[in-house]
Amino acid sequence: MAAATTYSELIERVLAGDIRALARAASIVESQSKPARDLIAALFARTGHAMIVGITGPPGAGKSTLVDQLARVIRGQGRTVGIIAVDPSSPFTHGAILGDRIRMQDHHADPGVFIRSMATRGRLGGIAQATLEMSLLLDAAGRDVVMIETVGVGQDEVEVASLADVTAVVLVPGLGDDVQAIKAGIMEVADVFAINKADLPGAERLEQEIRAMQSLGAESERANSAPVRRVVATEGRGVEELLAVIEAVFAKRKRKGERAGTWAVRLRELLREDLMTGLPEHDVQAHAQRVAMKLEDPYTAVDSLRKAICG
Amino acid sequence: MSIPIRVLVAKPGLDGHDRGAKVIARALRDAGMEVIYTGLRQTPEMIVNAALQEDVQVIGLSILSGAHNAIVPRVMELLREKGMTDVIVVVGGIIPDEDAAELKQLGVAEVFQPGASLDKIITFIRDSVKQVA
Ligand SMILES: Nc1nc2c(ncn2[C@@H]2O[C@H](COP(=O)(O)OP(=O)(O)OP(=O)(O)O)[C@@H](O)[C@H]2O)c(=O)[nH]1
Ligand SMILES: [Mg+2]
Repeated sequence: MAAATTYSELIERVLAGDIRALARAASIVESQSKPARDLIAALFARTGHAMIVGITGPPGAGKSTLVDQLARVIRGQGRTVGIIAVDPSSPFTHGAILGDRIRMQDHHADPGVFIRSMATRGRLGGIAQATLEMSLLLDAAGRDVVMIETVGVGQDEVEVASLADVTAVVLVPGLGDDVQAIKAGIMEVADVFAINKADLPGAERLEQEIRAMQSLGAESERANSAPVRRVVATEGRGVEELLAVIEAVFAKRKRKGERAGTWAVRLRELLREDLMTGLPEHDVQAHAQRVAMKLEDPYTAVDSLRKAICG
Repeated sequence: MSIPIRVLVAKPGLDGHDRGAKVIARALRDAGMEVIYTGLRQTPEMIVNAALQEDVQVIGLSILSGAHNAIVPRVMELLREKGMTDVIVVVGGIIPDEDAAELKQLGVAEVFQPGASLDKIITFIRDSVKQVA
């Protein structure tokens, strides 16, 4: 590749809408190195325009199909879209199969839809930081709506979702694990529930279950209960309504000045991942040994580790 | 940890099964690569657009339908148009020798016949990516 490409040049091209440059910048951001930070820092002044939507839910819930349909509606309104589709890397080989594009084929001739598949790459601190940085890149590149698809099975994915401006949790009837998914902490991050595959039996029951859970909350929370919408992603049914609800949540947040609140969550996450990745593995092992042998108590160990990071 | 090689595996053509492509995709994943898998019936436009957005170093085309003479030249043409000549293209499928030679002339890095060992494919991709970098 053209090794002479400087960041200012690259940034200029990204801002001018050059897709190749955007894809290259995305690779830099993914690499999680110092250049990634420099790039995002340089672009940061250009961010803040996009609505960042997290789409999460159990495997096979229809998240990609739904994202594809949301993209269609958003494009129909003349706005541009950026999509980040996150899938897990193998913890053993670090390889990954990223297959979400299979359900997002209709936009290939449309430069207004940019799709990027991203593997979790076994990052020590989790995937949230990389995903946030990728959203900021797409935001700076002028995408009006950025959607992040993650499989909502683990804590990491829930964290990714919580970094978005609005988080939609996709659930499906009849899997039996609905309630389990709700338990796994997904309930708390949901700003909107999408009950997908509403063409299958059980959608109504699932909706009732969600509402029942919501009614268990405190009075003040109940008033702010996440809206529930039924959709059939494969047919595009209910998708416009879902988008409208997502937009409404976003608009309300902006009005109430909650963006600072979102940034508080993001800063905590950045700091957490920063500390995790800054942790010298060798030192962790050494202290673990000492604690296991009762030569040191765990708090003393954590104190010295903190000193090792902060210098 | 080094950054994994990113490969797009696509199955162009109209025939309806992608078992071969999936076997390759899994083998590359197990070799530590990130495989963007786009599924069946990919047109050259879809393939090159996905490769562009995903910033892959390698495109692997699995072609069984004998459509290689129509599809591969168009893919190479689109890559040139978009300034993506540094992307390594490999083709797998039942491809007659004289056609394989022609595809290589067009810039295809290697053609793998059915039965080519997965190890050979993996090694080829690793070596080629190293050379470009
Ligand atoms: N019946 C029905 N099937 C659907 C609907 N939406 C999606 N599907 C199907 O569900 C399957 C999974 O869809 P995806 O969009 O790949 O689901 P996903 O949640 O992105 O899956 P992962 O990324 O693998 O977790 C596909 O076979 C879809 O066709 C729907 O509304 N109704
Ligand atoms: Mg998906």
